Amino acid sequence: MATALQTQTVDLVARFPAIVTADARSGYTGFIVNKENLVEVATAVRDEFGFDLLTAVTGVDYIAENKMEVVYHAYKTIGGTGLAFKVQVERVDPIEVPSLINIWAGVDFQEREAWDLYGIKFTGHPDLRRILMWEGYEGHPLRKDWKEPFFEEETKPFKSRWPEGKHTFSEEKNPFRDNLNFPKDFDPEKYIVNKEEDLYASLERYTTKDVEGSMKTDHIVVNMGPHHPSTHGVLRVAVTLDGETIIGLKPVMGYLHRNHDKIGERNTYLQNIPYTDRLDYFNSMSNNFGYAITVEKLMNIQVAERAEYIRVIMAELSRVQNHLIFIGMLMNDLGAMYTPSLYAFEERELILDIFEAVSGARMMCNYFRFGGVVRDVPDFALKKIHDLVTDRLPAKTDEMERFLNENEILMARLKGIHVLNAEEAINYSVTGPVLRATGVPYDLRRADPYSIYDRFDFDVAVRHNGDMMDNYLIRFDEIRQSLRILEQALKQIPQGPINSQKPAYQVRVPAGEAYGRIESPKGELGFYVVSNGKPNPYRYHVRPASFVNLTAIESICRGTKIADFVALLAMLDIVMGELDR
Amino acid sequence: MDYEKLSLPNYNIPDDIQNAVAITTLDRLYNWGRRSSVWPLMFGLACCAIEMIAAQTARYDLARFGMEVMRPTPRQADMMLVSGTVTKKMLPSIIRLYNQMPEPKYVVAMGACASSGGPFKEGYNVVAGIDKFLPVDVYIPGCPPTPQALIAGLIKLQEKIDKESIKTVRWYNKEKFDGNYVPMPILGPDLIDVRRNAEIRDIASAKATQESA
Repeated sequence: MATALQTQTVDLVARFPAIVTADARSGYTGFIVNKENLVEVATAVRDEFGFDLLTAVTGVDYIAENKMEVVYHAYKTIGGTGLAFKVQVERVDPIEVPSLINIWAGVDFQEREAWDLYGIKFTGHPDLRRILMWEGYEGHPLRKDWKEPFFEEETKPFKSRWPEGKHTFSEEKNPFRDNLNFPKDFDPEKYIVNKEEDLYASLERYTTKDVEGSMKTDHIVVNMGPHHPSTHGVLRVAVTLDGETIIGLKPVMGYLHRNHDKIGERNTYLQNIPYTDRLDYFNSMSNNFGYAITVEKLMNIQVAERAEYIRVIMAELSRVQNHLIFIGMLMNDLGAMYTPSLYAFEERELILDIFEAVSGARMMCNYFRFGGVVRDVPDFALKKIHDLVTDRLPAKTDEMERFLNENEILMARLKGIHVLNAEEAINYSVTGPVLRATGVPYDLRRADPYSIYDRFDFDVAVRHNGDMMDNYLIRFDEIRQSLRILEQALKQIPQGPINSQKPAYQVRVPAGEAYGRIESPKGELGFYVVSNGKPNPYRYHVRPASFVNLTAIESICRGTKIADFVALLAMLDIVMGELDR
Repeated sequence: MDYEKLSLPNYNIPDDIQNAVAITTLDRLYNWGRRSSVWPLMFGLACCAIEMIAAQTARYDLARFGMEVMRPTPRQADMMLVSGTVTKKMLPSIIRLYNQMPEPKYVVAMGACASSGGPFKEGYNVVAGIDKFLPVDVYIPGCPPTPQALIAGLIKLQEKIDKESIKTVRWYNKEKFDGNYVPMPILGPDLIDVRRNAEIRDIASAKATQESA
């Protein structure tokens, strides 16, 4: 686990005296960089100190100090602890911070998100549009002085509901009797509707060239989604096509933006756990895991021994079912409608049965607590897991691989279709199986071990070609490695308490910040939590794997055929709940 | 109306042709045909969509009720299963899909979010229930509803279809039927429901006078 001391081993202050200062606030780590020298320092962080992977960028609104802060978390793909550096600017509009897009291309969407939700202008960003909300939306919602239409109180539990428990409708308190808020003197009839010119202007256009002897062609802009059977939810992409070839592509998202961050900052720490379930709704156990270890880091508590094993078992089961669904859905996208996914769902149901047995819910498990888990695993469930892991799942994985890998059409569709190479993937902050398929053995369970993963004997699944075939096969490898971990965990799991803490509705979290991350099935799932000692997080930020991985989609798809786009999108294994939050 | 009585025409069939002839009402035949082949729109919004997929797989098998043919295009669908959180940004697309569906059409609100906003109701980008815009036929509670709950809800919809009569359904009523067209909301500074334009303007100007006072 990263401690303050380990982070400080990189001494940015010695390298940049007078530009960089160590973050001296209690509970904080990292460095504060002068705004003017940010690009210079960031270049050195990447080139001199070797932090090639910038995973998380987010804003924090310190309204009391009249400061807006941008937090960057950089890591090395060879493993080890990370480096956090921050920029603080006066909280007076326009708030401007230089963009780091020329150093790490992966900051693209994250900077746009910070602009959208905090109103921080990243100078030098080529396409700074709103990303989660629409162009024309009033205000920047995550600012602390911005109130949502159904605003009741700054923090939960709301006085109207606790302890008296009086029930009121939010609609009654809002003048518009709905979840709406319009600026004063607003006249809807005079409003000029945004026709999304900015989006289409940002697309690369194909200019017709008058070449002698060749046919005159023109580009065509196609919108796929948000209602489209193969965009894995409500994602929309605007594509410029030359015939069948993709020339430019911009994803448009936010169609499932459910305001996790804003709601999370009103909630108490414990209330956020069920919300994390709904991030990546295939893997609620993994999401719980990431949030739990982040808050535990802040609280500085140990997890009960038995609970550690239960956590690993649940997270790995979750990974197995996620990859099975991935394979099934990929086949759907390639035109093998339903049959392979029916096979995948059959196994998934058996894993969901286990989740239901331990937590009471199939999908939204709400199972982890700070210091452990909420309920013990009954013996019959452990027996069931054991049977699944040692008997059924290995056989079914082999069967699925045998059925699919001997299919010539599938091989023709997958082999040699380039997804990413290692440099591109790291530059775009891509993590998870997609990065590992390019030959970079970067798996947080090994690179920056959390929980008890250092006790298990397993290999990091790596493939080297970075084409679709490798991206597909690496999922089978990962299922097998997960099954290996599961087998060992089931052998080693001790008896004992399942939580090191007393059950409590409100936990005491000392002031400070923490960035916790886990290897979720889709990549690095990070949580950035800032506490000011109160019962609610001051800042609660999710760094979703799907969202950051999608940054690379334009570079992946440019020059490929539109028919492959659907499959390439499937390769990134995005899930909209996590992407839009 | 009693469900059983619907198929009793009060007419005695002679014994010798009882195996060859069946008599029923036109309503019953018409409803039976439609309730047994409800084609849902292939349309998922959030977490609930995953349980919707699970309901179609081998273990739960929605095909038993004639609902397995999911159509990706609204032109061929009878039922819109609103499976997940409806956000303001997504709402215009949902309304457009609904308007493009031919009559007869039904809306099922699956899960807490589609019914009322659910756990995300307080969110600034969330519509507190699809019933603020679309006429909902069946609400299915749960977060997310299990596949069994979804199937139970869809059987409720079938029961609803069973009780319809050709004489009274809106889509055959020339005088009253207005096309069931829901006006498209606009994405402005917030979501503009164009049916409430005057009201929004009044409240917004009242807000201005309040502030200046």
